[in-house]
This record gives sequence, C-alpha cells and structure tokens, in this order.
Amino acid sequence: MRVGIPMTLSFFTFYPLWKPFFEGLGAEVVVSPISNKALLDEGVKETVNDACVPIKLLHGHVSALKDKVDILFLPRLVSLDGKNTLCPKFLGLPDMVRYSISELPEIIENRLDMKKSRFELYRFMFRVGQRFTDNKLQILRAIWQARYNFSRYRKLLLHGLTPAEAFPLLESGEEPDKAAETGDAIKLAVLGYPYALYDNYVSVGLLKKLKEHGVNVVTPEMVSEKDLKKMSKTLPKNLFWYYSNRVVWAAQHYLRDQTVDGMIHVTAFGCGPDAMTNRLIELEAKENSQIPLMSITIDEHTGEAGVATRVEAFVDLLKRKKGIL
Amino acid sequence: MKISFPYMGTSHIAISYLLENLGHEVIYPPKPTKKTLSLGVQHSPEFACLPFKILMGTYLEAVEAGADSLTTSGGFGPCRAGYYGELHKRILHDMGYPVKMLVLEPPLMAPLTFYRNVKSLVRPTSSWTNFYRVFRVAWEKLRALDELEGLLHELRPLAVSKQQITKTYERGLGYIDDAGSVSKVLEAKDAALQDMRAVPVDETFTPLKIGIIGEIYVVLEPFVNHDIEKMLGDMGVYVHRSIFLTNWTKDNAVSNGEKDIRAMAVPYLNQLVGGHGQNSIGETVIYANKGFDGVIQLAPFTCIPEIVAKSIMPTITRDKGIPVMTLFLDEQTGRAGVETRMEAFLDLLKEKRNKQEAI
Ligand code: SF4
Repeated sequence: MRVGIPMTLSFFTFYPLWKPFFEGLGAEVVVSPISNKALLDEGVKETVNDACVPIKLLHGHVSALKDKVDILFLPRLVSLDGKNTLCPKFLGLPDMVRYSISELPEIIENRLDMKKSRFELYRFMFRVGQRFTDNKLQILRAIWQARYNFSRYRKLLLHGLTPAEAFPLLESGEEPDKAAETGDAIKLAVLGYPYALYDNYVSVGLLKKLKEHGVNVVTPEMVSEKDLKKMSKTLPKNLFWYYSNRVVWAAQHYLRDQTVDGMIHVTAFGCGPDAMTNRLIELEAKENSQIPLMSITIDEHTGEAGVATRVEAFVDLLKRKKGIL
Repeated sequence: MKISFPYMGTSHIAISYLLENLGHEVIYPPKPTKKTLSLGVQHSPEFACLPFKILMGTYLEAVEAGADSLTTSGGFGPCRAGYYGELHKRILHDMGYPVKMLVLEPPLMAPLTFYRNVKSLVRPTSSWTNFYRVFRVAWEKLRALDELEGLLHELRPLAVSKQQITKTYERGLGYIDDAGSVSKVLEAKDAALQDMRAVPVDETFTPLKIGIIGEIYVVLEPFVNHDIEKMLGDMGVYVHRSIFLTNWTKDNAVSNGEKDIRAMAVPYLNQLVGGHGQNSIGETVIYANKGFDGVIQLAPFTCIPEIVAKSIMPTITRDKGIPVMTLFLDEQTGRAGVETRMEAFLDLLKEKRNKQEAI
C-alpha cells in the first residue's frame, strides 16, 4: 500500500512521526515533490480563488500525488496542543480537498484533537493503524518507533537545525556538527508558519539566502515548549490558532531575550490569522524593545529578486547598527 | 462612563436603551459611512477583514466624539472575530486613546471576565435588580426589532409602493425606540406590525425566494452589504435571512434551530470551522429542501470559515439543484458592482424557474 503525504502544511511538523509509523505498518510512503511553480499553478486552478497561498499549494500537492498512491494522508488536525485549534482551513481541509479535486484515492481523514486527552495522539495513530492491519502489536510497535524518531527530530530542531538539515541526520543516525555560530555575525529571528519558512519555494529561498549572508537564523521551532508556554502567559488574550500563537510567542521570546538583532515576519498572502498575528507582533515589538522588525508577505507572484533586495537592505541596516559593516 | 458601541443593523435601539438606563452616557458614533471605512482602513492591518476595519473606524469616530469606553462582543475562535476587541484596544492605545474596552466574552467560557465587565457596566448608579429589569426590556426590544424585520422582508416584494413599506417600517422602529417597559414594547410592536400589514400589496405576485447566509456582521449591517436585502426586496424578491440577533425566526420557516442546521451540514462538512462556516453549509441545504430559488452567501474578504464553506457549495448546488452566489465584500466592493451581479443572478433564477414551470 502506498500512502501519499503532501509536502506542505503540517509536513514540516510531523513528517518524522508519520514516516516511520506508516513504514512500521508495512506501507510505502510517497511524498509529493518539493513545491514549485507548476504545483502552485495546478493548485490555483483547483481551489476557490479566495484561499490563501498555502492552501492553494496544498491542492497542487494533492493533485501531484493522487495518481501515484493508494491512499492519501490528510488528517483533520483540530488541536495539537489540547488548547488551541488550528486555522479553520485545517479544520475543513479534507472536505475542501474532496469537493475541489476529482478522482481522488481514498483519504485518511481521521480527526486529531488533543483537547480530548493527553494521549490522543497515540489513540489517533492507533485508529489510523487499524486501517492497515489487525495486528495490534504491530501498530503499537510502529507507534513506538515513530515516537522515538519524532522526539529526536524535535531535539534537532531545538538544537537550531532546520527541517531540511534535520531530515538527513534522522535517516543516517548521525549527530549534528556543533554549529559554527560566529559570534560577531548578526542573528535574526525569522518568524512564520513552518509551511512558509521551510518551504523554499514559498519563502523564495529566504532562509538559504540569509545563511549565505552569514546570518545566524532562529525560528519558532527552535524555541522550547517551556519557553513558549511562558510567553503564552504574557499576553492578556492569546490568539486561537496553533501555528499563529507559536509565531507570536516565539516573537515575544526573542523580544524579551534580546539576543537577536532583528526579526522578520513572513506572512502568507490571504492568510486570515496573519492579519492579526502581524499587527500583534508589530505592537509588541514597538512597546517592548528596540529590535527592528520587517514583514514580508508572500503571494503567488512574489518574485525572488524583490524579496532578496529587501532582505539585503534589512541585513545591511542591522550590520551597520551593530558596527560590523 | 461615556460609552459607545458598534452598529449592527437596528440593534443600537436596544443596546442604547440598555446602557442609558444603567446610567451611562451613550455616545453615538455616526452610522458607518465612507469616511468611517477609510478611517478604519487606514488604521487596520491590510488583510484584516472588512468588519474589523469598519469597527476600527467606528471606534475612532466614537473616541473623537468623546467616548471613554467601548463595548463589543468577544469570542474564542477559531474565527478571528473573537480577537477583534483585544486588537482594536491595542491599536487605540497605541494611537494614544486610553479607552476602556469592555469585551463581553461568552459567559460560559470566561465567567469571571464576563462578571467583571457586566459589573462595571451596571455600576455605579444602578443595581442588579434594575439591571435585570432594563435587560429584559432591551431583550424584548431586540426580539421586536427582529420580528419587524422579518415581516418587512415578507411584505417588501409584494408591496405596491416599496417606498411606503420602508417608511412604515422605519416609523415602527421609532415606536420600539420610544417604549420604556416590556408591555409598552409589546404594544409598540403590535402597532408597528399592524401598520405594516395595512400597506397595500399585490397578492397575485409570487416573488423569487432567496436565502441569505454568511458571516454575521456583514449579513446584519446594511452599510457593509450595500443594503442587499432592501435592494432585493425593491427588485421584488422575498429574502429570508438565516441570522437574526435573537436567533429567532417568526414562523420557523427555515429550521428549528442550530442543531438542525448542524445536522444538515454534516454530510458535507463534519466539523465546526468557526464563525458561521458550518452553519452556512447547513442553511444552504435547508433552503434547498424548502424550495427556495437561490442562496446568497455574504462574507468579508479573506473570511476563512466562509472560504471553507464556499469551496463546498458547488457540490451542494449539484446535489440539490440550488444556485448559490457568494459575495466576498471588501472596501473596494462598490454598490454598482453588487447590483449588477445581483441582477445577473436573478436572471439566472428566473430562467430556471420558467424552465421548471414549462415542464
Ligand atoms: S493559517 Fe493562514 S496561511 Fe495557514 S492555512 Fe490558515 S489562513 Fe492559510
């Protein structure tokens, strides 16, 4: 059985959990190609034109997968932390996809709602597992393995690695080199959803470009759960969406920590939550610090050159401020 | 406290009664206008939805007019509206207006905040018993307003003079506004309904029937939706609106409540997606089952729950044969554009009806 997983949305959060899990169930995991223009164009064709870029892109990924797999993994992610829900588009995702794209294979659309209980993730995996095998022991073993791989992945991210850097290490079992963080280089917090930051096509190569400029980059995934949770208490009222909250909390963390020289907020064009998220970060930055903030909105027409110029100017400004330039 | 609040349809009649009788000075911001909108746009995030921008503008006009407190409703997602109050407050503070924002969160979700906010509304000149009395009158007013509006929608397409029915209705609003006790409100309501029923109608005319669904604010506030209900009524269409503030429909023409609506949505969207998204699906199914000719979905541009709903609509149209038109509204949406699209939609519905009659 070939299980298809689109390389977008929750992919960068969960892939190291799903992959060993499905393999442990005896399935073959097929991932959609890295995002590219053709995929996005295809997605734009399939989705309501009012959707945000990431959702359009998802439709492209699903189209690319649909003829190559026996079953599609598109779970309905409702809550990942037991408190907040995901953006409504995640909640309606399987329905949106089913009614937009024709001739789809079977879909695994089980609901994952951690509000139910602390162990809901494993229950969810168990339910999914039962679609593949009746052998309960095999399912448990697959969950166990997946869990192990997943917690390693989380550690690597906390260590400062991006998913693209972490994935090969998970495969090979190697340890990361101690990152050569040059002390005098500038450090930037790049904030945004994993499916915007870590998708090279969506972010128009932002992370890579910054690293080429010798910038030390930190992202929300590099802040520990504990620190995020602390920040959640500093706002009078938190947002309602999992990924947006993490972006805001990470921003808070870096603002208070004062260890970064600047922040970039990457927002998705047409993203409802981001309209609030972005202003909230702006106000927080204004009230609590001297740290400069730049926002980049990414849409289907964003040109690499335009972003590059803006980022370069921003980095130069920070370097000058720090006296490196 | 000099207090102000946003407009939403005719609800200000009830809300201002409530606040005034609790001993507050009510500051009326002007009804939303182009100026309100541009003021709001200027100070809101670019991708905030239209209601956010209009409320932003309204608040700015209210503080300019001297308001020191604002009240609005809260919420706990997953729709953005629940965070509006908080962000509005922060933007106002950032601009140098130290207003107090009383966000009325749903009592069950945040009992303490709710209690505190209500308490600060009740004090200092009022008592809890007075609050209860005043609250009941205000509630009765809200219900009366909804009932008047329901009848207006029924009569407008039939009325020989559209102008006359609208005038009579507006006069009726005045009766409700003047009433100062529960029994007076009921009397006022009866008088208003009677006046409206006395307006001559053309009984032989069978209007097209259209259901209006969508996000609550753009459905309820005529300034945002270009007074679409009046527009349609004047074109001789019977509109049935799915949302009333008191959630109460005159003859239960559409459904027996939220539960039914959800149940109807489940085959298409088995998940609450915040805002009014799942309801929009369920209501469309119900309108189809009740033999309505079409459905108009109103949504602010970038409204996520309605986008989710919209993406499912074509399937319902296919299954149930009911045409659905979605209008995403933003500050660029002009009245003329809405009118043209509306006319085209009506033509489509008429044609469909003629075909059916021919069979
Ligand atoms: S959070 Fe924003 S970008 Fe992500 S799916 Fe929702 S609306 Fe789209």
